[in-house]
Amino acid sequence: MSTGQRTTVAPPKPGAHQTNTLAVAAEHLASTDTAAEKRSTDFYRQMVFIRRFEERAARAYTQALIGGYCHLNLGEEAAVVGLMAALRPTDYLFTNYREHGYALTRGIDPNRVMAELFGRSDGVSKGWGGSMHMFDLEKRMLGGYGIVGGQIPLATGAALAIDYRGVDEIVMCTMGDGTTNIGAFHESLNIAALWDLPIVYVVINNRLGMATTVDKSSAEPELYKRASSYRMAAERVDGLDPVAVFEAAQRAAATARSGKPFLLEVMTERLRGHSVVDPGKYRGAEEIALTQERDPLVTFAAHLVDTGLLTEHEITAINDDAVSRATAAAVFAEASPFPDVSTLFDYTYATPVANDSHRLPGQPLFEPAPFPEQEATR
Amino acid sequence: MSIMTYRQALHDTLRSEMHRDPDVFLMGEEIGLFDGAYKITAGMLDEFGEKRVRDTAIAEEGFTGAAIGAAMLGLRPVVEIMTINFSLLALDQIVNHAAKIYGMFGGQARVPLVIRTPGGGGQQLGATHSQNIELFYAFVPGMKVLAPSTPADAKSMMLAAIRDDDPVLFLENLSLYNTKGEVPDDDIPAEIGKAAVTRRGSDITLIGYSRMAYVAAQVAEQLAESDWLDIEVIDLRSLRPLDRETIVESVKKTHAAVIIEDDWLTYGIGAEIAATISDGAFDYLDAPVRRVAMAEVPMPYSKPLETAALPSTDDVIHAIRQTLDAVGRRRYPMGEKS
Ligand SMILES: Cc1ncc(C[n+]2csc(CCOP(=O)(O)OP(=O)(O)O)c2C)c(N)n1
Ligand SMILES: [Mg+2]
Repeated sequence: MSTGQRTTVAPPKPGAHQTNTLAVAAEHLASTDTAAEKRSTDFYRQMVFIRRFEERAARAYTQALIGGYCHLNLGEEAAVVGLMAALRPTDYLFTNYREHGYALTRGIDPNRVMAELFGRSDGVSKGWGGSMHMFDLEKRMLGGYGIVGGQIPLATGAALAIDYRGVDEIVMCTMGDGTTNIGAFHESLNIAALWDLPIVYVVINNRLGMATTVDKSSAEPELYKRASSYRMAAERVDGLDPVAVFEAAQRAAATARSGKPFLLEVMTERLRGHSVVDPGKYRGAEEIALTQERDPLVTFAAHLVDTGLLTEHEITAINDDAVSRATAAAVFAEASPFPDVSTLFDYTYATPVANDSHRLPGQPLFEPAPFPEQEATR
Repeated sequence: MSIMTYRQALHDTLRSEMHRDPDVFLMGEEIGLFDGAYKITAGMLDEFGEKRVRDTAIAEEGFTGAAIGAAMLGLRPVVEIMTINFSLLALDQIVNHAAKIYGMFGGQARVPLVIRTPGGGGQQLGATHSQNIELFYAFVPGMKVLAPSTPADAKSMMLAAIRDDDPVLFLENLSLYNTKGEVPDDDIPAEIGKAAVTRRGSDITLIGYSRMAYVAAQVAEQLAESDWLDIEVIDLRSLRPLDRETIVESVKKTHAAVIIEDDWLTYGIGAEIAATISDGAFDYLDAPVRRVAMAEVPMPYSKPLETAALPSTDDVIHAIRQTLDAVGRRRYPMGEKS
């Protein structure tokens, strides 16, 4: 399904940092059967963990332990793990606000991800970002972003910096289907194509932006084809199959490493509402049933059992392990302290600056002089 | 008169205006099938159909600009921008085009457009989703900026906005949507550019708009009980044009003023009000004009930090008491103050 223009799929260069992560293992051992098998079961383990983590987060939201907006990756687990496996630790990731799963799979401590949701000081963004704004420099996850499309120019600029410095790294930038209608998407793809930037744009097509279907919002509903306006290579892949996503993401990453941008469209499902507070009434019963049938956890588990890679017993054990880790994360998060109010003015500017306002809402600009006592009876 | 919520008043007014004038139509993200992010347009897609209730792609700059263009041909689009934060993506079309077309072309084309959008904070939405940036629009000649605080004003000011021939930014507020009040049954548009004295008093003038006008009314009532204070409350209602006369007249009478706002202090709406008082009532002032506004930080997500950054009722009360202390006026009930 590749649109094919200028697709020069170079073999991936060996990573500069060959650590023992799944990503690197997968990249170099893909040819051997046992490695492929291990990869599949690892994918499944990660997918189950995202699922149980998100369910735990949804529960915490109803308990008012999490506030604000909270968007879950339910139904997108296969897409998330397949994509993340194609990245090296030295690559960069930019995402939107639906990013808990990415943070977890990128290797950020689940306790710190949950603590961020709870707004606590041990959170990845110290409680300042919340669900929509996870950031971890060490794991090179340069943010979830709450403004639709906001991450796309930033990711493009990160790719510019990589190209500028001539280092062997790439950027991956994920977004939703609805986001391909924002001007910044088109402006950024054009820039990346003109300047040959090492970036993979990923459209997670769950067919909905809130309640609006792709058909209603995009004049070219086959979203990967939008790349052809910029003569950019592109591909669409089944997002229910983590292995297919991984392989497609590897091709895309290889293109980026060779110095060309790529647009990858991943077809997924959104199993629940847009955010945890959306009951999703606009979807008919038939459509919801169809969505549940296309639950990647169910389909991939069935595949693993059918092909003899996992037994039902092992599947249960994987699930139990995920539940206990998600529970532990919630326990950790609840025990973590809230940021101290004295830190309110710590992050307005990177360096101290004269006359920065450190005034709380009730404070006057200048302390009023006390009224002379003898006149107080006027 | 009927009692209804701010949300209901907006909904009913949009409906009745669409029945009255076939040139009025709605555009915005999720306003149809989803009933609107905050349910202002609930049921209207069914009632009026896709031609007049248009769900848009996520393209604030594109659809807001398109509404401006449609307005140039005489239609009366009412655009919903999901929250005022996302209006930043349409800033160019609003500021460089909607506000300029009438003047730049020597009065040949009008832009009868309404942009409805809620401000608000305090819902842990974080730095990019908790801003109150109506100032950006109130700063621009050619724009009209309305900010009703009651259901009755939501109705009369929406009527005025839709029937007006200039671009109007119509500021709503997330925490006002569920507030209730009396709403007249007749369709009488408000006069744009007029503030309202919503409570008469003589001790001090308390000035707010949108949610803060609501807070002001509450504080005035509370302090009437606890401090025996007679507070005059002004609801600005219109941020541009600004009714300076009403503000100055009140301060000439009370000799003191506190301004409360949900935006940032430095260069905020309150700064313009304070300058107005300085110009128009300098000789009448007994105390410096006080402002209560948000702490000047990117809004943190974490609840205790967010709470600290937002102006509270206590902050307002504290500012009023400090101001009256500074002029040495009695403000406590008999016997309570030594
Ligand atoms: C500029 C802007 N406009 C509107 C919104 C409100 N909004 C948040 S998510 C969303 C839908 C996005 O849909 P899609 O890109 O498909 O991503 P998904 O939520 O399906 O993952 C909208 C309209 C926003 N956050 N930013
Ligand atoms: Mg989507």
